[in-house]
Amino acid sequence: MAHAADIHPHAAHGHHEEVSWWRTYLFSTDHKMIAMQYMFTGMAMALIGGFFAYAFRMQQAFPGMDVPLYGLVTPNKYNVLITNHGAIMIFWVAMPVLIAAFGNYLIPLMLGCDDMVFPRINRLSYQIFLLSAVILLVSFFVPGGAFAGAWTIYPPLSSKAEYGLAPLGSSIFLVAVALEFVAFLLGGINFITTAMNSRAPGMKMYDVPIVVWMIVVASILFMASVGPLIAGAIMLFMDQQVGTAFFDPDKGGDPVLWQHLFWFFGHPEVYVVLLPALGIVAEIITTFSRKKLFAYKTVLYTVFGTGVLSFVVWAHHQFVAGIDPRMANIFTITTLLISVPIAEMLFVYIATLYGGSITLTTPMLWGLSFIAEFLIGGVTGIFLGASGSDIFLHDTYFVLAHFHYTFVPIAIIGTFAGLTFWFPKMFGRMMNETWGKIHFWITIVAFNCIFIPLFITGSAGDHRRIYNYMNFPDSAVPWLQDLRVFATYSLVVMLLAQAIFLVNFFWSIFRGEKAGKNPWRANTLEWTTESPPPHGNWPADQLPNVYRGPYEYSHPDRKEDYWPQNLPA
Amino acid sequence: MLHLIESWFGVPSSATFSADIDFVFSLIFWIVGFWFLLTEVVFFWLILRFRKRDGVPAQYITGELKSEKKWITWPHMAVLVFDVVIVVAAVRVWYHVKQELPPAVETVRVIGQQWAWSFVHPGPDGQQGTADDIATVDELHVRVNTLYHFKLEARDVLHSFSVPVFRLKQDAIPGRVITGWFEATKTGTHDIQCAEICGIGHGVMGARIVIESPAEHAAWMASRSSVSVASLASPSAVQE
Repeated sequence: MAHAADIHPHAAHGHHEEVSWWRTYLFSTDHKMIAMQYMFTGMAMALIGGFFAYAFRMQQAFPGMDVPLYGLVTPNKYNVLITNHGAIMIFWVAMPVLIAAFGNYLIPLMLGCDDMVFPRINRLSYQIFLLSAVILLVSFFVPGGAFAGAWTIYPPLSSKAEYGLAPLGSSIFLVAVALEFVAFLLGGINFITTAMNSRAPGMKMYDVPIVVWMIVVASILFMASVGPLIAGAIMLFMDQQVGTAFFDPDKGGDPVLWQHLFWFFGHPEVYVVLLPALGIVAEIITTFSRKKLFAYKTVLYTVFGTGVLSFVVWAHHQFVAGIDPRMANIFTITTLLISVPIAEMLFVYIATLYGGSITLTTPMLWGLSFIAEFLIGGVTGIFLGASGSDIFLHDTYFVLAHFHYTFVPIAIIGTFAGLTFWFPKMFGRMMNETWGKIHFWITIVAFNCIFIPLFITGSAGDHRRIYNYMNFPDSAVPWLQDLRVFATYSLVVMLLAQAIFLVNFFWSIFRGEKAGKNPWRANTLEWTTESPPPHGNWPADQLPNVYRGPYEYSHPDRKEDYWPQNLPA
Repeated sequence: MLHLIESWFGVPSSATFSADIDFVFSLIFWIVGFWFLLTEVVFFWLILRFRKRDGVPAQYITGELKSEKKWITWPHMAVLVFDVVIVVAAVRVWYHVKQELPPAVETVRVIGQQWAWSFVHPGPDGQQGTADDIATVDELHVRVNTLYHFKLEARDVLHSFSVPVFRLKQDAIPGRVITGWFEATKTGTHDIQCAEICGIGHGVMGARIVIESPAEHAAWMASRSSVSVASLASPSAVQE
């Protein structure tokens, strides 16, 4: 590497103005380009994760069939597919898109500064993330195949090759996950320092848009919770490859210790991805109901309350895992308590609609559907947080349907809400509304048709991660199988509908109507610059000043129904 | 109304505590179901009621006044109150099923390994660890209306002993013996499943629980009394 500079000595001082393709697209330090890199990597991984879901759902519906485009789903392949579907959707889709892509894109623009505080750390963050994604994909092609022990990586199945049968795959999986965490730690440092230090002149903490607050709090939650899991991942890796016995009961270790380390991170992680989605929804519903956000400070307090509580609920994943049963009582109380701030946050959003002037644009439909659907995810969580009913429901499809009613609103609905809302800013053009709405309705109806039947099969006792229910006489009954088939068909419809989005998305990038600076007549600072914003976001002498909060819609003293943050009084 | 898992989802209720667990499920269902529907109705009503109309501007409401904030404060108090109700119901049932250990008439050993369940029944003398113990694979025989303790073990990886008709579930952990209890109330034959992913064969790791009348159980023991259990004896049996 060292002599590369000797061969091209002029490269160091040749082209000052003209930035090469290489620097623009692959080694950019521009927060917007890094956001796009995260976004498109996340979308590509979503296609892989979605395809996995298609393959294993087909096996469930039609056991033993040759799945079109995939082939026979053997028991081991089934486990590989569910394991990597979960890991990909959470670590390589929800996190890069919601936190990294929206965080990178929005934070500097909404705060009115030219870039992140540490642009090169930002670039490094994406590069490590990309590396982690590549490493995960490589694990499918090593001898022994990819890891198949579920995304929760419980030992001893994950730690001993003779049980898990993927000696290389299981270690590569851990390396990929650990690198992904490193990437997000680097990104999180940037988000927090930028929000603390680089706000536009005049922007007080209570003038910061909710979505920025949410991403910052999410980054803090991530940084505070991920340490134990990285330590755990290293211990597990050593168990696999070095022969230590941190989690091996035969040599004095304890497999349940891993579960504590995993869920101590794993539960805050839910809020790490939830909060950015909630923030996106706040920006959208205020804009399209032309309303001030109801009780801004209350939203912040509920976010802080949720964040603190999220650290003391983890063992509700382990009620029947062999922990001291007395612990379940404490964790039942904390888990149900967390419904209070989250419910209040949703009440705030619903109250914001009161007295509004609501237009149902595509982003607004996504934003509203987030509230309607996430509510289902929220209330079904009560069944599982309550230890008494969790004895029956633990590790059934009820759990699966519950967390898909949280994660699909977060990672799919929240992402579409944000993408359709900020698309004009990102690409300078409008998306097609008609096709946007068609895509919305098919996706939403299909989504509910997938997971409502799975609540029913779960309540009827279907356990998770079973590749063929025909092996269990009580589960092999026709009415349950009909529900499984219906859910699978609905999934196929939902996946196919995403083609509509992709066509609309790419067509609009090149052919959409020109958007102008502020097509939605919104208040926040990103709408005061060009679409798409230039490198540096604003001309250096025109960085905005801030005079008010972000949600001054329909103010009685003003003729216009919006009042941008940067307009002098 | 209060036994939804049995009446709606068709899972028989075959243990003394399964009705209690159904009760918690049903209680939560009606409480959160009511509030969920109410919230969605208000939500959709607001969307319809405040659709954009020409000449009608949106109102400027900060939500910071007490008179405005009550609209979220009262519902939020209601959430708290109903949380308390649910916690009390859940913890009572949890305590009964998982923390209490009523005295047993008999004890069975349940052993999970990749990918089968094996069971050690006490045999005609009612005592574990004696020569007449009856070991079986993939079939657990219990008497109805008899309180059993189970001693749950795992040989290799985590497994989870799940009996849906009892509503009972408990993970098995290698290196530990976890004790629990159940008392069947109805005769019948039902699934036992492994509820924790345990490798390639997780999807075939089922067994059957056969709940018999005392006479049927005695007949089954008689038919099995000649079978040796030496092959299943393990060091953990000594700990008892």
